[in-house]
Parts: sequence; structure tokens; C-alpha cells
Amino acid sequence: MAQSELDTFPKLLLEHARTRGGKPAMREKDYGIWLNWTWAEAEENVRALACGLAAMGVTRGDRIAIIGDNRPQLYWSMTVAQSLGAVPVPLYQDSVASEMAFVLDHAEVRFAIAEDQEQVDKLLEIRDRCPLLEQIVYDDPRGMRHYTQDFLHSYEAVQEKGRVYNQEHPGFFEAEVAKGKGSDVSIFCYTSGTTGNPKGVVLTFDNILKTAKNAAELEGLHEDEEMLAYLPMAWVGDHIFSYGQSYVCGFCVSCPESGATVMEDLRELGPTYFFAPPRIFENILTTVMIRMEDASAFKRKMFHYFMGVARKVGIAILEKRPVSLLDRIKYALGELLIYGPLKNTLGFSRIRLAYTAGEAIGPDIFDFFRAIGVNLKQLYGSTEASVFITIQPNGEIRADTVGRPAPEVELKIDDDGEVYFKSPGVFLEYYKNDEATQETKTPDGWVKTGDAGFIDDEGHLRIIDRAKDVGKLNDGSLFAPKFIENKLKFFPNIREAVAFGHERDHVTAFINIDLQAMGSWAERNNLSYGSYQELAANPRVYEIIKGHVEQVNRDLAAESRLSGSQIHRFLILHKELDADDGEITRTRKVRRNVVTERYKPLVDALYSDAKSQYIETELTFEDGRKGKIEADVRIEDAETYPAQAPQSQAAE
Amino acid sequence: MEGTSTQAAAETGEPSQAAPERSFGEALLSVENISLSFGGVKAISDVSFDVKKGEIRAIIGPNGAGKTSMLNVINGFYHPQQGVITYKGEARKQMRPHKAAKQGIARTFQNVALFRGMSTLDNIMTGRLLKMRSNILLQALYWGPNQREEIRHREFCERIIDFLEIQSIRKTQVGRLPYGLQKRVELARALAMEPDLLLLDEPMAGMNVEEKEDMCRFVLDVNDEFGTTIALIEHDMGVVMDISDRVVVLDHGAKLADGTPDEIRNNQEVIDAYLGVAH
Repeated sequence: MAQSELDTFPKLLLEHARTRGGKPAMREKDYGIWLNWTWAEAEENVRALACGLAAMGVTRGDRIAIIGDNRPQLYWSMTVAQSLGAVPVPLYQDSVASEMAFVLDHAEVRFAIAEDQEQVDKLLEIRDRCPLLEQIVYDDPRGMRHYTQDFLHSYEAVQEKGRVYNQEHPGFFEAEVAKGKGSDVSIFCYTSGTTGNPKGVVLTFDNILKTAKNAAELEGLHEDEEMLAYLPMAWVGDHIFSYGQSYVCGFCVSCPESGATVMEDLRELGPTYFFAPPRIFENILTTVMIRMEDASAFKRKMFHYFMGVARKVGIAILEKRPVSLLDRIKYALGELLIYGPLKNTLGFSRIRLAYTAGEAIGPDIFDFFRAIGVNLKQLYGSTEASVFITIQPNGEIRADTVGRPAPEVELKIDDDGEVYFKSPGVFLEYYKNDEATQETKTPDGWVKTGDAGFIDDEGHLRIIDRAKDVGKLNDGSLFAPKFIENKLKFFPNIREAVAFGHERDHVTAFINIDLQAMGSWAERNNLSYGSYQELAANPRVYEIIKGHVEQVNRDLAAESRLSGSQIHRFLILHKELDADDGEITRTRKVRRNVVTERYKPLVDALYSDAKSQYIETELTFEDGRKGKIEADVRIEDAETYPAQAPQSQAAE
Repeated sequence: MEGTSTQAAAETGEPSQAAPERSFGEALLSVENISLSFGGVKAISDVSFDVKKGEIRAIIGPNGAGKTSMLNVINGFYHPQQGVITYKGEARKQMRPHKAAKQGIARTFQNVALFRGMSTLDNIMTGRLLKMRSNILLQALYWGPNQREEIRHREFCERIIDFLEIQSIRKTQVGRLPYGLQKRVELARALAMEPDLLLLDEPMAGMNVEEKEDMCRFVLDVNDEFGTTIALIEHDMGVVMDISDRVVVLDHGAKLADGTPDEIRNNQEVIDAYLGVAH
């Protein structure tokens, strides 16, 4: 087959099965053992399920929902849908039934492939609201014995049916695969959306294959990469990294045993290519630091000494810049004693390329990983771009930019500071939402990102905030809440922050403390507490957080355009912001309107002289039941600093 | 999301509409006129009840009612002075612990009794000891048939680990685990024995609501998936009424009542025993 004809995933699968049939395509840890499937076995699995679903009536143009944790069977289900000309619609596995109902209904899903009983139960619960949903296929039979509904089928039974169908209709599968072409719709990715209902982003094979290929070529990815697929399958990032690029390069993707074992599986696998949102790197670093606090004095000393060396020269060594011989020797010793074993424990020993994106990453966190020799880079992307918009090229990596445009991507910044892009990955449309499509895609092919940013002197893109969130204080100065919140969140003790200030006289903030970090501090200081609420209200905790807030104020005072945004008053929320309460999205982005609405008395109190404020909040437990939590929340004033004379612009 | 159906589904792991009427045939175990005393203290006096094959049987009662003593009698740890224990059709005066274990009676303890220095997996593997045929020397050699045997047992344990969703703590030292998880490991070890009768002594004590819900689901799943008969002691009345088929109530060593959860709920004597009576 000529290269140009491999324009869909099913065609790539057939090609891989032919040319590297004996090489591993997928791996999964099950019952404590890593199981392998070669490309040839993957093809057989896909063929069987595809034929089975065809026998059950799946036709071209149908939509097939896919719900569950990262599992080979579900990744294959995507290829199955695509080989039949149907469109896979992956759903977030932890979404509650009502969230699922919207997507199933909106995407007009006829078939659903669910991982296990938990997901099937949710589907059954909303079946009445989704009249189009006809058949449900489940993978894990555990607990399904008593389900007698005739529209429920086990994955294996469908495959069995498919194997028979395949024998009776030789050539059917190949013919169906051959019908697909690059311009066909490949997937609907529903964006979690910080406001309103999720939007179904329609991406074609060309979109995904081109962007996946461009980035793979830029970074030199090849068929021997190892990658762990552990982020939600419904997220476009996972779709590109663990599906798109795996098919493009032919590398093997491994699935963890369960959500709780990811860190352990990571260590066993030792991936060469790794993606994680900043939060995960932050959690890893927090865990490492907490463990080191508990280590013996000698080990602690050694750790801190060599981390000092790494901070000084580690990044320079990673970037192959000149470093003195003595420092090189020290670093090599550190690699032997500290960095090497640490990377091994974290599963980072073999990493050639690690990405982070989605949020700004704290400079300390970013530098920590680069200093110990992990090639961590930032990228900027969106679902509408099939991920890649900018990537940091090797050797030009900085904590505060997101890099240069990826291959074949053009950027432009409009007068309001909003970032626009053009690329081969630009999405077709929002499904059944022309209004939103027209709002986002300009007639001449530019796409609005909704982010405000600028291109710095070196040609790197720097993002400051969501364009719609950038507001003005009453005195007219710029208010970029995300920028402030991120500065706060860079402190390990602060897990979440929400800043207020648009059309107000000054800036104030809500803060969520990090229970792990503050809890460990409390333990070391013999401070007992019974719950998040109790710890959050502790005066000594307030004291620490106040120190952090004032540090942020000092930093802000140094930034000429943002010195007016210093935080005058803050409070520590009595509960953690939670996706189950709709306060943050499943990808942990704060839903500003919801928070403002739910905690209105607290916001009002921040702008009064009150020293504390009583509030009652409803909360949702994991199983969907509701409860109430009440508290007197203390409000604290923070020191602000006079704006400093602007230094050189480039030093920002 | 509101409404009781979700809640019921969460707790039972089954869609509520599909809860079938459960009926049970022969008794797997019956105790007749059991009396047990320690010196002058009468722990159990003249108690009779039975546990039918496949059911979940709860034993409840106020503190000191003799519940744990009853379990100890059933698995042969205590020997009653009077009474007959009939297990799998065989009547006897008293059980012996090793015989009870060999005949398929497994149990968990009120105060977790695990090997704290060993990993979760190793603890569960000890549950397989009775099923292993090769002796300790051959096991140490780990060769040929012994290797195959070990792999077979390991596989069985892995299925239990998967079943109870404790993969992430497989290699963690048990002593370092939180209490709720230790309870789960103990259940796993008991299951590794492939028991016909599982005795659970306060499986949910000291757990928070979510841990309790998990544990309830596991107990129901064990009963459902493996067909294991379960006798459990529990203080949380919500749990008892939700998951058990029949309940026996003990008070001061004597049987107070015996019946379905509904019957027990409305039994005046039981209410008095729990709430006290005005004199």
C-alpha cells in the first residue's frame, strides 16, 4: 500500500498487522501480570468486534459511545467504529449519569460500549432519556450475571458472533475499511466546557493523523517508544498521544491495572514518552518532598545537597550547554546517588520526552524535573486544534512560555490580545451547534482559542489567561485572575485559588489548602485536626497562607501591568472545590460563575469589613447523595506593596 | 440523581428493579441448644439457630450478648459444654479449628488479625496454605510441579485481589495500611480459602460511610459470585437490615428473636433490648 493511502486508523491497523504483526501493539496489566497483544492480535480483535457489531446492525454514519478506563478493548472499539464508518464518541468514565445523558442524546448514539457494571448501570439509569440508544456491549462480565435485558451483550459474545460473520462474509471487513477516507469524521470529542453544556468537537482522520505525524516527526518519535495510557480516553490529548501517535509511529501503548496503580505501573513500565498535566507533576514532587522530610537526616542532607547541584547545573547539562568539569563530576555523582534512584522510583528512568500542558506549571516544579534530567517540555493546544498549537523546541525551554508554533501552524494575536491559530488540525465543526462553530472559526480559517496571550521577543507564545476572564478593576487596570491564581497555586500548600476583582476596587481571593502538604506540615508540628474544614480554619494555617499571599503581592508589584492586582483580602474555603458539586470541571478547571454564585455571601464579605462570615453549603457525595456543610469562615487582610518602577520588559 | 433507586443501586451493586426473591433450601450449619460458660460466667445459654446454604445470616445483639463467642463455637475455637453443631450434615459435640478450616469455614476477626509485617499478597497467599500439596522444602526449591502449583495459587489470589479491588496495595506491607483496607485484606485472605461458610466478625466496624458501602457491596458480591454462605456480626443496623436475609438476635447469651429483617425491626423485645425499657 502506498503511504498516501494510509489515511484512516483502520487502514493503518491493517498495515501494521502486515508489516509488524509480531510486535506489541498494546499491553495491559491484569491479575498482576503484563499482558501483550501484537498488532496482528489487535487486528484480529478489531475485526471480530467490527464484524459482530455489523451483524448487530451498526451501519456507516452511526455513533458509538465508548465509556470506561483506558483498556485495550476500548481503544480497539474506537478502531472498530471507524472501520465500519461509524464515529466513536468517548465519554469521561467518571461523569455522572445526567452528564452522560446529554452527550448520548446530543450525539444521537445508537450503540454503547461500556467497560463494566458501573458504566452499564449508568447507561441503564438514563436509557429512558436516550431513546436512540439501542444496544449496549460490556467488556467486564463481573456482576453482570443477573442482567437479563436482551439489549445487553458481552464483548466476547459479540466477537464470537463476529468471527462467524467474518467467515461467512470473507472480505467484508477489508471492504468496509477501504471505504473510509481521510476527510471522513474520525471522532467526536466532547469538551468538558467551563460554561454551559459540553460541545461536540468533530475531528476528521486528516486532522488527527496530520497533527500526530507532524509532532512525532518534530520530536523524532519512533516505533520503539513506550507509553502509558492513563488519562481519560475522552480527552483529546489521550486520543492523540495514546491512539493517534501510536498508530502513526507503530509504538506500543500500555494500560495500567487500575486508576489507583498508575504510579506503580509507571515504575514497572519505564515509559520513554510521557504526558501529564501540571497537577500530576506537582503531586509527584509534593510526594517526593514529603517522603524526604521523613527520611533519615543523612539521606535528607544528601538529597538537599545534590538537589542544589542539580538546580545549579542540571538544566544546563540537559540542554548540552557548557558546564565546568567540577560541576559535571558533582552532577554525575548526584546521578549515581540521588537523581538516578529517584527517577527509577518514579518510573522516569527512560523518559526521552515528557510533555505537560493544560494549565501553567509552577516554575519550581518545572525546573525540578528538568534539573534531575527529565526532558519535560510544555505545549499549548486545544481540542479544536487536535491538540498541538505550540511546542517548546529542544534547547529553548522556559517555564513561562509555551513555545513556538508546531509544524504547519500559524499564529496571530488580535487587538484584544486573544490568540488565533490556523493548522491542519483545525476541527470541522461543533456537532449540531453552528452558532458556536461560527463564533469560534472565522470565515478565513482562523480559530479563536479564547486565551489571551502575546508573542515574546524570541518568538515564543506566552499565555496569560482566558480572554473572557481578563477583566478590569474599577480604576481601569488589568485584572487577569488566572495569572494570580496560578501564582498562588505554585505554592505546594495551596491546591486551588479563585481570584475576584473584575469591576471591583481591589482584588480578593478564595483559597483551598492542599490537604496532603498542609496535613503533613500539621503532623510535623503536632497539630491535630479532624477534617479539611478544621485544618483550613486553623489560625496557624492562615498565618502560612498569608505569607504566601504576600509573597504573590510582592511578585505582582514587580510586574508593571499587574501591580494593581495585588490581593487585599483572602479567605480559606471551608470545603474543597469539587467536580461533583460542579465547582470545577472534571479536568479541574474552576467554574468561576458557579463558585461566585454558590459562595456569594463569602464574596460579599470579602468586599466588606467583616472579619468572618457564616455560610451553609450543599455538597454532593460520590454516590450522588446530598449533604450540608456549615462554617464560620475567617477573612484575613494581606499586606500590599507599592508598584516598582518597571524593569526591562524582556525580564518579565 | 435524587431518589432512592440510585442509592439502592450503589449499595447493592444491582439495579433495584432486578432484586429477585431469594429462597434457600437446606441448612448448611445448625447449632442446637448450645451453652457455653467460662467458669461461673455463662456466655451462651441454650441457643439454637441455623444457617441455610447460600444465605447471608446476621447475628446481632448488644455488647456482651455472646455474638463473637458464638462464632468461636462455630469454628471450634471455643468448645461448648452442651449442644450439637451440625455442619454439612455431620453432627458433633464440638468443632476443631483446623477441621473447620479444612471443611470450608473461614473467618475474619473483630480486631484485624493479619501478619502485619507481610505484604497484602503474602497475607492472602497464607489463605491458600491448606490447599497446597507440596511441602515446605519442595516449595523452597520452586521447581517443576511446585512451581506450577505456586503459579496456580498465585493466580487464584490475583483473582481475589482483582475482585476486592486492592491491586494498588498488592505489595504494600499490611501494617502500613489504613484500617478499612486491612479489613478488606482480611476478607481477601478468608476468601482465598475458597470457603463454603464465611464468618465475618464486625466487617464494617470503624469504617466511614463510603468504606462501609464498599464493604457491603463486596459482601453481597462474594455471596452472589461465589455462592458463599455468610454469617456476620454487625452493629450497624442499616447495614444488617439491608444485606442480610435472616437475622438472629442474642441478648445476655440467650436467643431473643430470629427472623427476616422486617420481622426483627418490628419485634418489641428486640426494640426493648436495644433501647432499654422504662421501669
